[in-house]
Parts: sequence; C-alpha cells; structure tokens
Amino acid sequence: MIRDITIGQYYPVDSVLHRLDPRVKLNATLLFIISIFLYETFYGYIAVTIFLASIIMLSKVPLKFILKGLKAIIIILLFTSIFNLFLSKGDILFHIGFLKVTKQGLHSALFMGIRLTFLILGSSLMTFTTTPNQLTDGLERLLWPLRRIKVPVHEIAMMMSIALRFIPILLEETDKIMKAQMARGADFESGGVIKRAKGLVPLLVPLFVSAFRRANDLAMAMEARCYRGGEGRTKMKPLHYGRRDMIAYIILLVYFAGVIAIGIYEKYLPYFNFKL
Amino acid sequence: MQIVFDHVDYVYSGGTSFEKHALRDINFKIDKGEFVGLIGHTGSGKSTLIQHMNGLIKATGGKIYYNGEDIYEKNYDMRSLRSKVGLVFQYPEHQLFETTVYKDVNFGPKNLGLDKLEADLRTYEALKMVGIGEELLDASPFELSGGQKRRVAIAGILAMRPEVLILDEPTAGLDPKGRDDILDQIAKLHKESKLTIILVTHSMEDVANYVDRILVMNNGALVMDQDPRNVFARYKELEEIHLAAPQVTYVMNALREKGFPVNTEVTTVTEAKNEIIKRLKI
Repeated sequence: MIRDITIGQYYPVDSVLHRLDPRVKLNATLLFIISIFLYETFYGYIAVTIFLASIIMLSKVPLKFILKGLKAIIIILLFTSIFNLFLSKGDILFHIGFLKVTKQGLHSALFMGIRLTFLILGSSLMTFTTTPNQLTDGLERLLWPLRRIKVPVHEIAMMMSIALRFIPILLEETDKIMKAQMARGADFESGGVIKRAKGLVPLLVPLFVSAFRRANDLAMAMEARCYRGGEGRTKMKPLHYGRRDMIAYIILLVYFAGVIAIGIYEKYLPYFNFKL
Repeated sequence: MQIVFDHVDYVYSGGTSFEKHALRDINFKIDKGEFVGLIGHTGSGKSTLIQHMNGLIKATGGKIYYNGEDIYEKNYDMRSLRSKVGLVFQYPEHQLFETTVYKDVNFGPKNLGLDKLEADLRTYEALKMVGIGEELLDASPFELSGGQKRRVAIAGILAMRPEVLILDEPTAGLDPKGRDDILDQIAKLHKESKLTIILVTHSMEDVANYVDRILVMNNGALVMDQDPRNVFARYKELEEIHLAAPQVTYVMNALREKGFPVNTEVTTVTEAKNEIIKRLKI
C-alpha cells in the first residue's frame, strides 16, 4: 500500500535523461517551473506541453508510472481548482445554489489545474531520472558559492542525501512492522478516528526506536571512517559537464526563449478565444 | 493436511521495471504436528513464502488451503487465520512497543477479543513457555538483553495459542548459546504442545538436529522436499545453490573417501560420534 506512492522515486532505466549531469536537470526543472508560471497564453501552453511530452518520451519512464504519481496529489489539485472556480470575483456565468461561477474563476481554475499538474510532472521527472545521490551532488555543486556567506552547503547536502536514502529504508521498515503487528492481530484499517490513532502506537513506537538505532549506527560508521564534514573533502566521481550537457543547455535555452517570445508576440498569432 | 500450497505464484510490482518473480509454482502439503525446516539462500523467496501462510501477502496465482478451507475464499476470516498461524518475523524484537514485557505479550490475546482473565492466562503461559521469569514481567522490553527480547517477542505470538508456529530466522544475530536456547525451546514446544512448526533458516546446522523434513528453495522455486538425511546426501546440489550440508556430512564423506567405511547418512554430531566409535571397535 505504501509502495504505491511513486512521486519522488528513482526509476532505473537507461536513457539520455538519466545520463545527463544532475546540475543540468536541476537548472532545467527550475527553468521549466518558471516557464509554466510566466504567461497565461494558449500558444505558450502548447509549447510547454510539447516540451514536457518530448521529455517524458526521452526519459523512457512509462507514462503509467508517471501518472500514478499524480494520484497522491489529486486532492490538492481538486481543492485548488474548486477554490479558484467558486471564489474568484468577476463576470458571473451561472449559479449553483449560493455559489457563483465567474468567467475569471473558470479561467483560473483551469490554468491552476494545468499548472500544478505540469509542475508535479516536471519535477517528478527529475527525481525519476536522477538518483538521490546525484541529486544532492548536483545541488551541492550549484550551491557551492553560498559557502562564501557561511552557508554550510556540504552539511546541508549530506543531510539531504541521508534523509533521502532513509526514505525507502523506513518505508520498508514500516511495512515490516505493520505486517508483524498484523500477525499479532493488530487492525490498522477499521474503527473510528480515535481507535485508528491509538492503533498506530504499535507501529510508531518500533518505527521511532528503529530510526534512532539506525541513525546511531550510521553516525558511528561515519565516524569510524573519519568523516568530519566537508572541509578538504574530495569526490570519487566529480561532476563534469560533457558535450551532451551542453546540447541539453542549448535546447533548454531555445525552449525558454521560445516561451518568452510566444508570450510577447501572442497578439500577432491567429486569435484564439481562450481568455473567454 | 493442515497447510496446502497449490501452484502458488507471486510476482512483485508486476508490469514495471521493478517486476520480480518471487515465487514460482510452489506445491507442498504440511501435516498437523510436523516440524519442517525451510531453507534457502538470501533472496530465494523463503520470507515471501511464509507470509502467504497467514495471508499477509496474497498470491498472484494458485491456491492456499488451511485445514481444507481456501483462504482466498470471499468470506474467509483472515484475522482468525492470523491467530491460528503464528508468524514470528525476522528480528521480532524490533516489533516490541509496550511499556512492560507483560503488556507487550498481552497485545496479541487482547486483539483476539478475549476477556481479560483468559488474555492474562495466555500471557503468563506464553512467557513461561519461552522461559521468561516473573521478575521480568514489569520490566521495559527495551531494557532486556537481545536474547530475552527475542523470547518476549516469540511469547507475543505464542500468547495467541496458534496451531502453527512459523519462525523466520529465529537465531539470526544471537550467540551460540542464545541460538541453542531458542532452538531447544522451540523443539520443546513442538514436543509438548504438539504445535506444527516451520523453521526458516539458511543454516543447515540449525535444523539438522531438530526437523523431520526439509524444504529447500532456490530462486523462488521449491527444489527439494525430503527428510534431512536425503537432503544432505545431495550436498553437491546444495552447494550449487549456495547452501551447504552440515559439517558432519562433509567429515563423514571425507572419511569414507579415505577408505574408512562409515555411514555417511548421519545428520548430527552425536550420531556421527557414535558411528565413528562403532566403526573403530571392529
């Protein structure tokens, strides 16, 4: 049941995207998110959709697997859309009871829905194609300049990679303890809120105990290998930009410039009554 | 026949690149009161197999019967199955959570909906069975030694009075003395309470002294199902799947090769000792 959450997972296949430098992917995700929120134009969204679709195809991650990740946030998505739909001021289209739907509301509900979906799809593509270790490596390098203003970049990156590494371990552990307690007749599914919350004690106590034990073991193992922070630390596999990464940056810039150009020159394109 | 596996298949995460065929066409029957060893290399599917026995994992193909009833039948009572087939997981001490030993062991019987008196009775009984003295009843389970914790965890399952007891690597991480203690206690349970016992392990040494039947798994399939003598005789095949017969089997085979006419079918150190003494006196 817990395994169904695909968001943030790594999907191990071999594709161009998987082989890209993590820094490219981090920057690309950032640019992509900016490009979604930059303009509200029909043509702009066609460009974004085409870009996203081709990236999904390049990633070789099955579409079914990617869409499964959306299931986890569908509630947030509906919530945002419904709020936008009913609570926006503007020209009234029709009433449902005391709720009124406005042109502007419909418009922003639609756009918010699409934006959030694209946002999740875009950023989960990054985690699908990048291992947690690569991700934190990339982040560390990108944030390196911040060390000048005394930001402990290495420590933050290390904490992040440990936290990410522990997610699957703790999920597995949860699964195991849950099963062990179910074998002792525990029931995690039925009953009211209070009974269910109480029912979680046999799961949470062992989980916390094991998390602390693991943290302790890890700290000990790191110290035994003379870990003492980032000062003077070198990497076994330092990040290097290759030809592939340069091409990726060029494509990315062309895409970004394209979206901006569409935003600016939209009025010259054939009119499409999308703004209602 | 208490437990029947009929062409059981299990596939993890079907349809994605994580797909793994964990069990392939498993067939066997276990009778009431048997003491069975389930052996296989790490990742051979032992743990997956035993979780099918109390319905924690649902097979993707095939059928499982408990006391003649199909456990995947619509109205089958899974919770009562779980109380009858007690499953002790690997490192069971990691599931302890209560403030006292007594309360922790009491968790299982309480979940069965028994009245307080009956639940208490079973708790005391189970703790006695595993050899935890009354002075430890009010201790925190987290203060106990490793071996004690494990015995308390096993008592937590026994307190439900199961008909079948499955133990997944009950000796992992214990010292030799702790190992023998646990195994002796399990053998005692089998003898005195007439429990059906399934002992999962990757060490032949562990089971050689105790079980009367061994199931060997490799790569999700059941490759051997015989008594220990016959399984150990196939020690060359065992080695191919990264297992080994007990050391006495190797000693006896080596002696025989050197022209010392001993019976190679002995399974325990004591039997081997007697056999050698017998031959020396000729």
